[in-house]
Amino acid sequence: MYDSGKVIIGLLIFAGIFLFPFLYNHGSPAAKPKPSLDTPAIKALPEKKCVEDTQFMITTHMQFLNNWRDQALRDGNRWYVNKEGKKVWISLQNTCLKCHSNKKEFCNKCHNYAGVDPYCWDCHYDPNGSKL
Amino acid sequence: MSMDRRKFLKAAGLTTLVGLGGKGVFELLKPGAVEAEMTHGGHGEEGHGEKDAGPKVRWAMLIDVMALNKEKIEKIVHTCHHLHNVPNWGDPKNEIMWIWEDEYEHVFPDSYNEYNHILNGMPFLLMCNHCDNPPCVRVCPVQATFRRPDGIVAQDYHRCIGCRFCMAACPYGSRSFNWLDPRVHLEKEIAEGRKLNKRFPTRMRGVVEKCNFCVERLAEGKPPGCVEVAPDVMFFGNLADPNSNVRKILKERISLRRKLELGTKPSVFYLI
Repeated sequence: MYDSGKVIIGLLIFAGIFLFPFLYNHGSPAAKPKPSLDTPAIKALPEKKCVEDTQFMITTHMQFLNNWRDQALRDGNRWYVNKEGKKVWISLQNTCLKCHSNKKEFCNKCHNYAGVDPYCWDCHYDPNGSKL
Repeated sequence: MSMDRRKFLKAAGLTTLVGLGGKGVFELLKPGAVEAEMTHGGHGEEGHGEKDAGPKVRWAMLIDVMALNKEKIEKIVHTCHHLHNVPNWGDPKNEIMWIWEDEYEHVFPDSYNEYNHILNGMPFLLMCNHCDNPPCVRVCPVQATFRRPDGIVAQDYHRCIGCRFCMAACPYGSRSFNWLDPRVHLEKEIAEGRKLNKRFPTRMRGVVEKCNFCVERLAEGKPPGCVEVAPDVMFFGNLADPNSNVRKILKERISLRRKLELGTKPSVFYLI
């Protein structure tokens, strides 16, 4: 190989720059987000419980909210009956965000961590916030 | 496998005969079966809310042209656009309209009569007609706009791809397109003192919007916003019920509907 010294040195420099971010962050994961439940509406609840149980809401709220959307908008049925038989008014802005009045500390925290940008917020907004 | 020319031509001829007269062959073997297959599940069955006994609820709006004036129109338009967070762009290029004013000549171009001095110069309020046979619904490629069983032509902003076919199809110009992000302008208006209706979302850039007969208020048992602020001008009720308020008024007053010859069957009536 011609100029092998220069080529190998160049390759080493390239590999170093390329791998730097991986090595730099190795072993120090970003802290897991803890969505805050610290809102006046949730504090006033006798039992801290969402529409369905917490584990279900954590893992399935995306599909759940999609179903809510289709039920309210396409079928015109605004009432949701949960597993306990309790009736809930279907509305992201007027039901979900009434208790979770801290969108930044609740929704955004996990969404930012997971790198997802749900298009809900293109139209819906936090009615408690000052900005759209 | 070997086949001589004679055999091949026989087979080809027979196949062609069956192909050309396929229906006739089937008719010989099983009379009536082809027709049954063709009509079953085909077109002509959908109807438009008129098959059997018809729908139980069919919302309709009555607008008393004689009771309208500039002041009331302004109030109605302002209320509607406030309730639905419609930005006021102030230029016709980006303008979003759910309810707006126009004159007789433009509202009824088909029946305009320059000697009709009663209607000439009268203010007309225009909005989505929530047709029985809505052309916008037929052309929407993604079913973002659809007709609910109660007759309301609803718009699903989650599905809308912004192709604007519906705007081209609507003979009433009831639809507006968000060329720009409505939030940008709403923010500006909020800074200037506008209040948002925090119970209702905004829209995003690239979707079509229009009057929704206040479905969100009907769901809560409230009348549409325009009816609430001008109960002497706007009347809202169930057209399917012969004893409803709107049917009673329609019995007593002369009413007009826009562009009836198109067969869209609007459910907005103008009382004169």
